[in-house]
Amino acid sequence: MRSSSISTTLALLVSSALLLAACSSPVKLEEKPTIEDKSATTMPPPADTRQVSPVDTGSMDPLNDPKGILAKRSVYFDFDSYIVKDEFKPVVEAHAKYLVANKGRKILIQGNTDERGGREYNLALGQKRAEAVRKSLALLGVPESQMEAVSLGKEKPKATGSDEASWAENRRSDIVYQ
Amino acid sequence: MKVKVSMKIFSVPVKRVLGVLALIGASALTLTNSAHAQLRIEISGVGSIQIPVAIAAFADEGLAPQQITAIIKDDLTRSGYFKVIDAGTVISETTPVNFDAWKARGADALVVGSVQKLADGRFDVRYKLLDTVKSSTLSGQSLATAPTAARLTAHKIADDIYEKLLGVRGVFSTRIAYVTKSGSQYKLEVADADGEGVQDALRSNEPIISPAWSPDGTKVAYVSFEAKKPVVYVQNLITRARAVIANYKGSNSAPAWSPDGNKLAVSLSRDGLTQIYTVKEDGSGLQRLTNSSGIDTEPQFSADGQYIYFLSDRSGGPQIYRMNTGGGDVKRMTFNGGYNISPRISPDGKTLAYISRPDGRSFQLYVMDLATGQNQRLSDTTKDESPSFSPNGKYIMYATESGRRGTLAVVSVDGRVKQKLTVQAGDVREPTWGPFMK
Repeated sequence: MRSSSISTTLALLVSSALLLAACSSPVKLEEKPTIEDKSATTMPPPADTRQVSPVDTGSMDPLNDPKGILAKRSVYFDFDSYIVKDEFKPVVEAHAKYLVANKGRKILIQGNTDERGGREYNLALGQKRAEAVRKSLALLGVPESQMEAVSLGKEKPKATGSDEASWAENRRSDIVYQ
Repeated sequence: MKVKVSMKIFSVPVKRVLGVLALIGASALTLTNSAHAQLRIEISGVGSIQIPVAIAAFADEGLAPQQITAIIKDDLTRSGYFKVIDAGTVISETTPVNFDAWKARGADALVVGSVQKLADGRFDVRYKLLDTVKSSTLSGQSLATAPTAARLTAHKIADDIYEKLLGVRGVFSTRIAYVTKSGSQYKLEVADADGEGVQDALRSNEPIISPAWSPDGTKVAYVSFEAKKPVVYVQNLITRARAVIANYKGSNSAPAWSPDGNKLAVSLSRDGLTQIYTVKEDGSGLQRLTNSSGIDTEPQFSADGQYIYFLSDRSGGPQIYRMNTGGGDVKRMTFNGGYNISPRISPDGKTLAYISRPDGRSFQLYVMDLATGQNQRLSDTTKDESPSFSPNGKYIMYATESGRRGTLAVVSVDGRVKQKLTVQAGDVREPTWGPFMK
């Protein structure tokens, strides 16, 4: 008798299906078509409505902490000197670490001289001071693309006196975040 | 009561008074139009020889908007090479002249002339330069002059007198450019060589340095810090069009035009060290010229286009060198002391002006005779900068400090003629003397 065989088969199938259903996660009954990997155009997965992602305000960026070492942006130089002194190595190292960790940040390093001497020669000497800081940062792993060393020569002094203290204040490289 | 028509006011002929009143009227107009700080020029030294020249009032010179003979007298006096005698009377170029009488008054030469109105609104300014010793006419000109060009015509006449009597072209009709700083405002200004006619070419809240005139006098190259770094621009003074000709990574500065005006030498730090390059006038065609292990900067082309003079500290301290325009044949030029910068070569190629710091403290203007190697200090001040030759090679204008303010000064190449140029407020620096123009 054919019909009883078919019924039995059906019963078997249904019970198998039910068994399978009991043991495993829900199975989609229709076949899923093969999808090419078009990651750029795939729909994002449906949002997990209970997800929370943290936001840091700017005040959390160590760069903006007025008490942190990154608040120090200047390196001072001795007269006729274009070498970064040991006392400024911690400042340079701190900025290097920050720039390596924040690949999207760029800096302009502006070198300055005191007021004595010709404008164009002092522009080139100021460049040496900017370069000295740039080289130190590069040696600590900061990529070229994140830095530009330029000079202001004697054109933008911070201290306008003609005494030793003013001159010392102006022999300086400044790290300027863009 | 009978009133005489021809009155004398304060024993000066009426015609003179009218002339002066016309001048005052014209000056008032000029003053209200120009809010610019005028450049004031004081003379503090004259040449070893001063030629006595008598200058007559020109017939009808009150017709012109500027008193032509007053400008001529000022120009000749300022040059340091003339003793100007006021003739005290009007003499036109057609009036017969008693040469002996003028010789007896101590004048070697006499300047006479007239002004006439032309139908098209211009003026015809005629003048003659007479030699009282030889009883002859040295020069005569007739200059059709637009009302706005009256000063220029006066300067051209003064140039002609200078050239005929000294054998060297005059620079009274040239212009100068310089930078002023007042608080945080910087201006690149252009003025006539006598300090009049000041116009602003550029106004900025960031520094401007190293202006350089193009050989044809229509453009100025300069370095501006408006982008928070030094960038070289070329600006057309007439159209105001500005082009960046060098903004490579790092610092860009010290522009200097080639004599044919087709390219500029510049100083760039793009390859790590500050070195000298050339670019075409539109900024293309970058070529590197120097390759030292130090700082190479302040390039200056010689007028014959053969050499570039420049500053280099490749020997340990800044000294002046010379190379050919391809960058080869480098020769050191200065050996006196450890600090020699800002080379400028005279138009005839025979004299090198520069700034030296021989005692480790004072920065002073020097000239070197290239044939003999002799050096001469030209100033008594201690913060000299940026020398610039006049286009006739007779004078050097430079920046210095006077009473803690930035001023300009002019000195003749032999050191005798001296002038001081000041602005009313703020500092003036970075002078550059413009070229001869048509």
